[in-house]
Amino acid sequence: MKYLDEFRGSSRVSFLGERIRRLMPRGRLLRIMEVCGTHTHAVCRFGLGAILPENLKLISGPGCPVCVSSREYIDSAIFLASDPLNIVITFGDMLRVPGGRGSLEQARGEGADVRVVYSPGEALAIAAQNLARRVIFLGVGFETTASAIAVTVEEAHRAGTGNLFFLVALKTMPAAMRALLSDPRTAIDGFLCPGHVSAIIGSDAYRFIPRRYKIGCCVAGFEPVDIMEGIYCLLTQIVSRRPRVQNQYTRVVRPRGNPVAQSVMRRVFSSGDAQWRGIGVIKGSGLLLKREFSGLDAAGLLRGMPGVKNDDARVKRCRCGDVIKGIIIPPACPLFRGACTPQTPVGPCMVSFEGACHAYYLYR
Amino acid sequence: MCLAIPMKIRKRQGNRAEVEAGGLIRTVNISLCPRSKAGEYVIVHAGFAIQKVNARQARETLKILSPG
Repeated sequence: MKYLDEFRGSSRVSFLGERIRRLMPRGRLLRIMEVCGTHTHAVCRFGLGAILPENLKLISGPGCPVCVSSREYIDSAIFLASDPLNIVITFGDMLRVPGGRGSLEQARGEGADVRVVYSPGEALAIAAQNLARRVIFLGVGFETTASAIAVTVEEAHRAGTGNLFFLVALKTMPAAMRALLSDPRTAIDGFLCPGHVSAIIGSDAYRFIPRRYKIGCCVAGFEPVDIMEGIYCLLTQIVSRRPRVQNQYTRVVRPRGNPVAQSVMRRVFSSGDAQWRGIGVIKGSGLLLKREFSGLDAAGLLRGMPGVKNDDARVKRCRCGDVIKGIIIPPACPLFRGACTPQTPVGPCMVSFEGACHAYYLYR
Repeated sequence: MCLAIPMKIRKRQGNRAEVEAGGLIRTVNISLCPRSKAGEYVIVHAGFAIQKVNARQARETLKILSPG
C-alpha cells in the first residue's frame, strides 16, 4: 500500500456520499468548517461539493497561514529585502501577498534578493554559501511548519551560524478556533480538523471544543475518502447530538500527537499574541522565538523601519477577513473575479493556493 | 499549508533519510521521527518527516469503507 490511491477510489467516495445523503436531516442547513487551507483546496479540486447534499455547507476557515499573515509582516519582509546585504528566503506563496505598498515579488522586480525555498532546511545551506550576507527566513505556518522550523533553529544554533535569521510569524490552530467560536457571527455545526497539524499536536488538542462549546470535531486526512469520511463522522455527531472529538486520520494522527515535535517546539518557542490578517490580534495564538535564540531572530533587524501607509482604496473593500471566518463565501466579496483575481490579487485569500478565494476561482 | 505526502524510507543516516514516492527520491530531515526505519512510510512536509504512517490503521480505515 502506498497510502494515496487507496484513499481516492471513486466507489468508496460514492458509497460515503450515499451514506451522507441518507443521514442528512431534511429542511435543516448544516455548516461544517474546514479549518485548514489544504482541506479547502482538496474539497474544490476533487469536486466534493457536487456530491454533498445542498443543505450541507462546507465553509472555509482561517487555516491558510499565508492568508492570515498581517500586512505589517509583509512590509517588514520587504524592508529587510530592500537592504542589499540581505537575502530573504520564503515559501513560494508568500511572494505575491500584498503588503501596504506592493508585494515581495514586486520588491524582487526592483532588485531585492528574494528567493523561494521548499524547506526551512534549505536556509542553512544558503547561509553557508553566502557568508558575507545576512540570510533571513520568513517563518510562516502553523504547527506542522513550526516543528520543522524549530528543528532548523536548533541546528543553526548548535552550528553557531552567525548570518542566519528567522522572521517568525507562526500561528497555532486551537487558539484560532477558540477565537472563531467567540465571534457571535460564526455559526458552525462541526469542525473538520487539519490532518497534519493534528499529527503534531494530537487529536486531544481539540477536546476543549465539544466540552466548552458543544460543537463536534473530526480530524481528517486529505484524500477524497478521508474528507468524505470526516464529514460523515461529523454528521453522525450532529444528528445524534453527541459532539465529541473523533479521528478519521488514524494512520497518521495519535491522540497525543508527536511528542518529539512538541518537545522541540517547546524548547525553541514561547507562545504570545499574534496578528491575524482580517481578524486582528488573537491572544496566545502565536509562537515566538525564545530569548536564548534572539541571535537568530530577525525582529532585531527591524529597528529603524519606517511606517508604511496603506493607500490602496481597493483594499478597503476587500473582505478576506470575513471569508476566513466563514461569514461569507468568496463570491459574496465585491472584488471577487473583478478587481481581485489570481493574476491581480487584492487580498491574501486570492494569492495563496490554499486560500478560499483562489480555490473557488480555480475550481468553481 | 498541510500539504504533505506519504513517502517510503529507503535508508536513514543520523537526522537525514532518503525517502521515495512515485519514483521521486528526496533527502529529508527525520529528526521528528527518531524511531522510523527503512521500509516504513512517513508523512513528509516541507522537507521534514513529521510522523510515521501506521500500516495497520490505514488498513482499518479502508476496511470500514468497503461498500457491501
